[in-house]
Amino acid sequence: MPGNILEANNISKTYGGVHALDNVSMCIKAGEIHCLVGENGSGKSTFVKVMSGAITPDNGEITLNGHTYRSLNPIDSIREGVQVIYQDLSLFPHMTVAENISMNKMVALGKKLVNMAEVRKTAEEQLARIGETMDLDCPIDEISMANRQLVAICRALSLDAKLLFMDEPTTALTNIEVDRLLKIVLELKEKGLSVVFISHKLNEVFEVADTITIFRDGRKVGDFNSKELSYHSLIYHMTGRNVEYPRYVRKATDDNIRFEIRGLSRPGHFEDVNVKMRRGDILGITGLKGSGREELALSLFGLNPSKSGQVIINGKTVSIHSPTDAIVSGLSLLPEDRYTQALFPTHSISENISSASLPSITTKAGLLDRKGERQNAINMVAKLHIRTPNVETSVQNLSGGNQQKTVIARWVLTDPEVLILDGPTVGVDIASKVDIYEQIQSFASQGMSIILISDELPELLANCNSVMVMRANKVVGFLSNEELEKPDAADRLQSMMSGGGDDFQPSIPVLEAQA
Amino acid sequence: MITQMKKFIRQDTTLTVLLGLLIFLILLFGSILQDKFFSFDNIQSMGYQIPEFAFLALAMSIAMITGGIDLSVVANANMAGIMAGYVLTGAVFGLNSGMSDLTLVIIAILVALIVATLGGVFNGILIAKFSVPAILATLGTMTFYNGISTAITEGKGVVGFPDNYLSIGTSAPLGIPLVFYIFFIAFAVVAFVMVRTPFGQSIYLYGENRIASLFSGIKNEKMIIKTYALAGFLSGIAAIIMTSRVNSAKYNYGDSYLLQAILVAVLGGINPNGGRGKVTNVIIGILILQILQSAFTLFAFSPYAKRMIFGFMLLLIMVINFIIDKWGARSKSIAKDSEVVPQEAK
Repeated sequence: MPGNILEANNISKTYGGVHALDNVSMCIKAGEIHCLVGENGSGKSTFVKVMSGAITPDNGEITLNGHTYRSLNPIDSIREGVQVIYQDLSLFPHMTVAENISMNKMVALGKKLVNMAEVRKTAEEQLARIGETMDLDCPIDEISMANRQLVAICRALSLDAKLLFMDEPTTALTNIEVDRLLKIVLELKEKGLSVVFISHKLNEVFEVADTITIFRDGRKVGDFNSKELSYHSLIYHMTGRNVEYPRYVRKATDDNIRFEIRGLSRPGHFEDVNVKMRRGDILGITGLKGSGREELALSLFGLNPSKSGQVIINGKTVSIHSPTDAIVSGLSLLPEDRYTQALFPTHSISENISSASLPSITTKAGLLDRKGERQNAINMVAKLHIRTPNVETSVQNLSGGNQQKTVIARWVLTDPEVLILDGPTVGVDIASKVDIYEQIQSFASQGMSIILISDELPELLANCNSVMVMRANKVVGFLSNEELEKPDAADRLQSMMSGGGDDFQPSIPVLEAQA
Repeated sequence: MITQMKKFIRQDTTLTVLLGLLIFLILLFGSILQDKFFSFDNIQSMGYQIPEFAFLALAMSIAMITGGIDLSVVANANMAGIMAGYVLTGAVFGLNSGMSDLTLVIIAILVALIVATLGGVFNGILIAKFSVPAILATLGTMTFYNGISTAITEGKGVVGFPDNYLSIGTSAPLGIPLVFYIFFIAFAVVAFVMVRTPFGQSIYLYGENRIASLFSGIKNEKMIIKTYALAGFLSGIAAIIMTSRVNSAKYNYGDSYLLQAILVAVLGGINPNGGRGKVTNVIIGILILQILQSAFTLFAFSPYAKRMIFGFMLLLIMVINFIIDKWGARSKSIAKDSEVVPQEAK
């Protein structure tokens, strides 16, 4: 079909038996805004990486501007005008705005010497194209996230981008900044650029998209004209009818307060947080990135000292200055980033599970009880359905979902009173997700108090019996179990997270969509 | 049988390669040098020489397992040796203090061990508390300790130790040098500590991912200080062995041992990025290096050629390790697919 800037045919990519992409085909027209939506791990990011030439697919063909590639490399991809702006933007923090915009072009042109006048000229031209001005000599680490995003766009434009991929560009932006960015994206479209826009925020998707492609479980569910879809049908296609997360019901009868946070503050991170939890409570904490939720979790775990307030476990005020203190006090944290904060990739599953429980598997003589360590690991592998030939396998050979279960096993083994899970299902396939939810609920049923930090609304609605919302370092809302069961719960959470009063009013709630 | 061997090779590629290399070298030099190589004298002299740098190599290995390095091992050993030397020559307690030689020897040994351990603790504090990268911290203390030794001795050797101190380095019960027994016991203890104690396990976990070990509630700072203190302690033993063998202590003794210690650790499969490597494999690395040393001596190579060869070897081993790693990763990922896929299909 003429007018297609990109055609992908039957793209497949497998990682260790898991289909990251399963026979996906897609066309992107010149001058359209094409949104990719899907849950974490549904294959959107893999698709983008294939199109940029960063990963070679196992099967399939890519046609760019009429040239067909069996295996696309990054140089070809750039030459065909494909530019990707990843979530981290990949800017050089200590270099100036002008250098960041122009450097890639200078390199692409094979310039041997840096001509600062030319660098500035290129930067000015590109900024003019998006109708913005900026201090060209300011280092990147001194400008706002929104402006960094614009620098990344200008850099892409300087390389004659015809097709621009933007991966979650609005995550770290305020509402006003988001509007400004979306306006620029629409203007770029008017000038003939194709934009592939990936976002979790469905209201943004509806605002800009011409076409929406939905991914689920590595497969493409379908391409839709954005006018054909409603919020309801979009969510339905994203999650699929066969995935139904069981809703948690607290059964514990002991209503004494076991864990309490009283007026906990750290200015600039979180302010005046108050929480009361009983046995078997699952408290959700949600909010955008930077709202203070991670900072609060780290603080409870002894890594980000609070300035005032108290943490009380079983009636005793505890003072936690390190993760060691936290674990001893009965509080464990599953950190947000599995790769950098949790995994020991070349070590065995068994050693990964035991790492937070070394004192408890040490005998009186001061020796490690390797047999006990192994037995614990075998029990946990069975309990959490970790798929592995044995517990000696090094954890780097497992899929993301099984790695995550291994890390969860580590924290469950510490037998905490309060378990904080920060993003327990990020980058995890749907099947593992269901397993993980089941386990979270069963641990809570056995009496653990769980704090679940997440920005996935279905996850919160399925597992929590109360949800606290944070925005701009403050607690802005609290939904009780009864409120969570009402049909408007998802909308309320969404609007509290993003600042309330949004014009976006979806009509059909998430829970019904799943049923 | 063949499948068992394959399994063994895949399980510990480093050990297989090392054993292969060791046997190859023994056969090679044995066939060229024949009786000279297999003579009692040659083997016994290896038994004397091995422990000298083996302790430094062991200290280097545990520092490298944390992902760090200890460049100060030799300088620390020399400083400790000089302090002990002052005790032994009577410079500390006076020549006519009336203390028996044995008392002096015991005090000297304690001084060497304490000074070297404190040297290690200082390294550990710089690295753990002040976040100085290990390579810079220990480069600094290397120069610093060396400077202390040079300054207090004014570059001269401390000489003339009592006989019962010298017997540490020269006696050989049952024909095996005493220092070799010490080497053997110390290695067994350290290997055991690394594998069977929470301290050893923490060293490996920290070396692999220090943020994850922090999140696991491991006391990173304390553990690092303890590790470098242990490296210092082992340097202290090296100091005792060196000084008792040559009957003197000097600021620049054993300069070439620093490169050899790193060489042996890397040869023994200690990953310079941390988290991986076995102390037991380092022993084979030490044997290989010693066999090369002895052969070079028998061939009458100049010490300058030796340096060049060792430097080249270190580089070569790192390149070979890289290639083995790549090959290993590929064969593992193939193995993984064939193991995991049927499970997924269930």
